[in-house]
Amino acid sequence: MKFAVVTFPGSNCDKDMYEAVKNILKADADLLWYEHANLENYDAILLPGGFSYGDYLRTGAIAATSKVMQQVKQHAAQGKPVLGVCNGFQILTESGLLPGALLRNKKLSFMCHQETLTVENSQTIFTTAYTKGETIQLPIAHGEGNYYCDEITLQELTENQQIVFTYQNNPNGSVANIAGIVNKQGNVLGMMPHPERAVEQLLGSADGLRLFQSLIHNWRETYVANA
Amino acid sequence: MLQTHEISPEEIENDALYRDMGLNDEEYQMVKTILQRRPNYTETGIFSVMWSEHCSYKSSKPLLKKFPTKAPHVLQGPGEGAGIIDIGDQQAVVFKVESHNHPSAVEPYQGAATGVGGIIRDVFSMGARPIALLNSLRFGPLTSERTKYLFTGVVDGIAGYGNCVGVPTVGGEVQFDDCYQENPLVNAMCVGLIDHEDIQKGVATGIGNTVIYAGAPTGRDGIHGATFASDDLAEDSLKDRPAVQVGDPFMEKLLIEACLEVIQSDAVVGMQDMGAAGLTSSASEMASKAGTGLEMDLDYVPQREQNMSAYELMLSESQERMLLVVKKGREQEIIEVFQKYGLQAVAVGKVIKEKAFRIFQHAKLMADIPVDALAEEAPVYHLPAKEPTYFQTFQQMEATVPTVSDHAQTLKQLLQQPTIASKEWVYKQYDSMVQTNTVVAPGSDAAVVRIKGTDKALAMTTDCNSRYIYLDPETGGKIAVAEAARNIVCSGAKPLGLTDGLNFGNPTNPEVFWQMEKSVEGMAAACDELATPVVSGNVSLYNQSGGKAVFPTPVVGMVGLHASLAHITPSFFQHAGDAIYVIGETDCAFGGSELQLLLYGKYEGKAPYIDLQVEKKRQDQLLAAIQEGTVTSAHDVAEGGLAVALAESLFSNQKLGATVELNGDPTTMLFSETQSRFIVTVQEEQKESFENVVEDAIEIGKVTSDEMLQISINGEKLVFESVSLLQAQWKGAIPCMLKTEA
Repeated sequence: MKFAVVTFPGSNCDKDMYEAVKNILKADADLLWYEHANLENYDAILLPGGFSYGDYLRTGAIAATSKVMQQVKQHAAQGKPVLGVCNGFQILTESGLLPGALLRNKKLSFMCHQETLTVENSQTIFTTAYTKGETIQLPIAHGEGNYYCDEITLQELTENQQIVFTYQNNPNGSVANIAGIVNKQGNVLGMMPHPERAVEQLLGSADGLRLFQSLIHNWRETYVANA
Repeated sequence: MLQTHEISPEEIENDALYRDMGLNDEEYQMVKTILQRRPNYTETGIFSVMWSEHCSYKSSKPLLKKFPTKAPHVLQGPGEGAGIIDIGDQQAVVFKVESHNHPSAVEPYQGAATGVGGIIRDVFSMGARPIALLNSLRFGPLTSERTKYLFTGVVDGIAGYGNCVGVPTVGGEVQFDDCYQENPLVNAMCVGLIDHEDIQKGVATGIGNTVIYAGAPTGRDGIHGATFASDDLAEDSLKDRPAVQVGDPFMEKLLIEACLEVIQSDAVVGMQDMGAAGLTSSASEMASKAGTGLEMDLDYVPQREQNMSAYELMLSESQERMLLVVKKGREQEIIEVFQKYGLQAVAVGKVIKEKAFRIFQHAKLMADIPVDALAEEAPVYHLPAKEPTYFQTFQQMEATVPTVSDHAQTLKQLLQQPTIASKEWVYKQYDSMVQTNTVVAPGSDAAVVRIKGTDKALAMTTDCNSRYIYLDPETGGKIAVAEAARNIVCSGAKPLGLTDGLNFGNPTNPEVFWQMEKSVEGMAAACDELATPVVSGNVSLYNQSGGKAVFPTPVVGMVGLHASLAHITPSFFQHAGDAIYVIGETDCAFGGSELQLLLYGKYEGKAPYIDLQVEKKRQDQLLAAIQEGTVTSAHDVAEGGLAVALAESLFSNQKLGATVELNGDPTTMLFSETQSRFIVTVQEEQKESFENVVEDAIEIGKVTSDEMLQISINGEKLVFESVSLLQAQWKGAIPCMLKTEA
């Protein structure tokens, strides 16, 4: 399984994501500069955190219009996994791959600390190594992570079990304590907390490991076991 | 200072216009002697910024020579963008602290943000990847509306810039005192990591090589910023807002990546950031250091505004700009790297043999100055020093123990003093984890950042108790260095060296200069004894307003090395049952203490005594014990004394308590700020080996599981408090004063 980590101008968690997958998970991964990236030969696309285009206009809005996002959309349409973390999540909502929007935190300031999350859906390709209802520790680091969607969308998200992670102590004002959601097909996950920052106990938590392990395991089940 | 017509050299002399730019009459005459003619408008501007205190260190140079700067492990001492210390395995740590005090006083957000941006550029201009940021902040009392405005603005600015560029802010300190009411101090420190082979210098070598300008275009912001920083802060300083630069962290992030990519090419000869005095200082310093000259044509300089004069272009302090010297004929490959990141890079000049600094605009020679005149030959002043009368008064005061009736209540009050209270409100707003190396995040004695691919880590801290330095600059200077080293040692690392951020009042006041001289002498003595050379630094003078100087505040930014990740030691208690030790005896030391401020609202008397040899012995022994694995936690005893340090050791949400028994005068034992002390916990079975190594350790109690802090003195239980209650008060104090949710 081969991962692509896409670096936009202003991405700053790209190397962290790449190193987590490459050095800790020992998976095959490349770090790709957005401009001439060719995503054809990759099995999963990771959109990292940071401040793409300086968060100018709106977070994720400019990156969402970049050419590489057309390829990401094609990749997603084929049912292949896409993970957007933090700014990556913002890019996914701005590009329409995920519903809703990320507003400024309720208290208006940036916040960085460990959060306790509840795994709401352990049936996605990203979460099978977790158990439903389990609590995990992942760091957050964002100024605009306040997830918003209208009531109809929320109802759909709930009915389709698209809400994957929720905050135990909602830090940012997100609707329904939402920390991460998948699309209807279940192959595009956006989340504000940083699983790539939680892959070593030395740094405070290794609870993010199982997210990547789930992805690798499920890809193998689908593409290698059946081959 | 925008002019519609070029003011003539004669007008500059006759109307003494040079004075408005910051040159005095003697300096103007020196310029005339050097040039053997009258300087024109642009040249006068160039001399005035290069000879400003900020760029030339003209009144602090004689003092800076007192610092020890050499050691076998020092690869680069003061003089370059940042200092460099060898950490083995062909790697080195690069670091420097810089002040942005005056800009932050008039525009806190941008002042602080651009301070962070500037110090990051100093580090990556050496070729290093910036891996951590720290800051050291001083404000007036948090009860004042002005302080709330400045404090929240500065924190916002540091967060806004640091978070975006993707360099974690891992530590810092904040102190609140009356003397900083009008003139806050905002010092930022950046730490970088480099492979020896990548070390760059800011030199313009190789006659005929090309000078390349890269990054943001030049605008009219920050003109004369260095001069603004080299004068007292006046009541009408708000008019100086145009001298405050505006930062763009997105641009900086692109510039970091482009510069670190570009230095992998052997086409780059030298690189320097355009900091204070912008294009003028970077270009002239690069030539001066290389023993060459430099020619630039300003028509090629990317410009953000129309009709900018040579004067404006040379003096602008627009942010996020770098100057490179590149081998002739290889410009295009360098320019393409910058273009990949969407950045402008343009050839603007060349290195010449004649040691001259020549600026052209519109095919006219606008400035022609001998290079060394700007940097090397800047005037140096040996200013007079005079011992202030307050010093002898304080020295003759008897050391007395303040009267405290309810010790538990006093402890609670101390924990809520803004200088002691939790700074979580501040550091929660900083991304402390990006780059995934932060092992010990803000809130401990020192931050710890591991080095990927090795078993090593770096410890870093900023420290300076300016109250002691005010009372007794020499003793206080020693304490500042010793305390920073204590923080590093407590984390389990060996101190390597430091960067000094010297913040003082107006040096032409002999009493201020005396404070400078004495504190530098004290710091230098401690650097010698503790084997921590000074590798870089910054001098910020004229920190005063209304004739009142801030406390002498020489901030120490120190870096240490963990030889193994196994040595990383928390500052919080770890397990119930561990024995608690205090290293060092406690005596009556209340001069400049937090208790003195709480009870009397002022500082007086002698600063706490310090014996540097005792300090060194205890630090060495504690580090040895940590390296042998006998210590489970270590915390230094600082503001508020032993009681505060014990309480802080419990504030980790680990649901622990402590029972401690002490003998002696209760107020002294609990709140005295006697130096060279540590609180250490040791597992029962390690006690013997620990005591064999650490001579001055006294066992005082046990870590418990009951979440109560219990302190008895002479058999009487004086403190018996719930840890979670104390922690809530400590944590809630600053948000409460700012009227936000905890």
